[in-house]
Amino acid sequence: MPGGISADLAIQASYFLTAVLFIMGLKRMSSPVTARSGILWAGAGMLVATLITFLYPGMSNYGLILPAMLVGAVLAWWSGKRVAMTNIPQMIALYNGMGGGAAAAIAAVELYRGGTEGYASTTLAVAGGIIGAVSFSGSLIAFGKLQGLITRSIRFRGQQLLNLLLLAVALVLGALVAAHLDASLAVVTGFFLLALLLGLTMTLPIGGADMPVVISLYNALTGLAVGLEGFVLNNAAMIIAGTVVGSAGTLLTQLMAKAMNRSLGNVLFSGFGDTGTAATGEVSGSLKPIEASDAGVMMAFASKVIVVPGYGMAVAQAQHKVWELSQLLIERGVQLRFAIHPVAGRMPGHMNVLLAEAGVPYDLIADLDEINAEFETADVALIIGANDVVNPVARTDKSSPIYGMPILNADKAKNVIVIKRGKGAGFSGIENALFYLDNTRMLYGDGQKAAAELIQAIKAVE
Amino acid sequence: MTGMVALYIFMLAAFTGYEVISRVPVILHTPLMSGSNFVHGIVLVGAMVALGSAATPLEKTIGFIGVLLGAGNAVGGYVVTERMLEMFKSSGRAARQRPH
Repeated sequence: MPGGISADLAIQASYFLTAVLFIMGLKRMSSPVTARSGILWAGAGMLVATLITFLYPGMSNYGLILPAMLVGAVLAWWSGKRVAMTNIPQMIALYNGMGGGAAAAIAAVELYRGGTEGYASTTLAVAGGIIGAVSFSGSLIAFGKLQGLITRSIRFRGQQLLNLLLLAVALVLGALVAAHLDASLAVVTGFFLLALLLGLTMTLPIGGADMPVVISLYNALTGLAVGLEGFVLNNAAMIIAGTVVGSAGTLLTQLMAKAMNRSLGNVLFSGFGDTGTAATGEVSGSLKPIEASDAGVMMAFASKVIVVPGYGMAVAQAQHKVWELSQLLIERGVQLRFAIHPVAGRMPGHMNVLLAEAGVPYDLIADLDEINAEFETADVALIIGANDVVNPVARTDKSSPIYGMPILNADKAKNVIVIKRGKGAGFSGIENALFYLDNTRMLYGDGQKAAAELIQAIKAVE
Repeated sequence: MTGMVALYIFMLAAFTGYEVISRVPVILHTPLMSGSNFVHGIVLVGAMVALGSAATPLEKTIGFIGVLLGAGNAVGGYVVTERMLEMFKSSGRAARQRPH
């Protein structure tokens, strides 16, 4: 049938093009200069693959496919367009979970209908199925935690044992199916239900602070599941895209864990993340307040200012005011840069997104490695909403839970101004030695209001 | 596709993913994770094929959910990634767009 052959050729060629566009798109997304075009390339690849799949030989059920696509696409479009930038991490978790669920659904359809031929194909379907299902339910828990729907981290003795048991039973059922010993409705269903349950029990004990690493891990797992189901369906686009994301996601997970000073094993099995170990180290000295007018003058006449924003700034929605303040200083000839700690925000790189939203150009934003040597020559370090990431005890106090975490050396600046809502310890409950240094002044108040006062103070200097 | 060829593709794709991402600056971690999240939205085409060959009501139901979820992954991943990356501007571009 010549028509069938040419349709097949068109499909194969399109999938090939899609794989190329995906890889080049991802490559472009790894540099800020080309990142914007990267997503457009990848998007074009997705469009090509989706459209050509309608020509797949032997397809039916279009009356179901089209409405399902429409509902999924519209819901995702609507939620993606209106989500605030502060809530992006949980939306990534949600969309990722959907991908994992889709991979598991493919496995389920193929296993229920006995569509897999041979042991290898069935084994791959089973493997992709369990990984996809775990990623699905796990990502939904991660979404719930970051969205504030699940506030408690449920932990009990023997939890790891229970997880291992669930995994073992799921694997036994999976092996029965894979070995073509028993692929009955009950066994396949039990296999998927256990996998879904495993995703829940694995993710529930992990605290909110570690969620970014977990989301990144599930992202890699979904990629792997998609790749595996690609083998089952003999679909080259899925194999390549899924595997590329699987390995890229694994690397990204490691980079994130490293940036947060945590190991992956630590995140998954130690149940830290919203630490209860509030080891309040003794700090000597006193907190010295400063008025906004004095702080404004100090910055207006500085030659070099480094701004250190933390998640507190985003919570107070102060990033626009902070950028306005920064622009005033830049116009006065002050050399100004933003110093971003890897864990500022809800996930590595999140703070950059929030600053970009306010209009801060990315070349004014510096990583920890780039900027740390510059604090010594800075006249003012302005800390707003950041706490643990500038706490010098991370360098000195071995008993501190944050000991060894790389920090921004704000304490080395000639003057430090800390904008803070009130007295009190940071996210980890650790007293911040920076606040008590001789060269530190505290500017108390809400981030947005304090920034507005600083703007007034600088405008008054003429 | 024979088993060995499949294995080669798997290996090469894995190394490609690793190479493409290595040396990425922290500033792009969140958008890149979102971007790779979008890329595995290709699962949509697999879900379409699975639903396209489903016969029983159970298979059709699961296939329907699969397509719905896959479409959500692809579209949602695209929208949030695009929104984030659209905001990244260099000083030159920001100055041109916002004359003082």
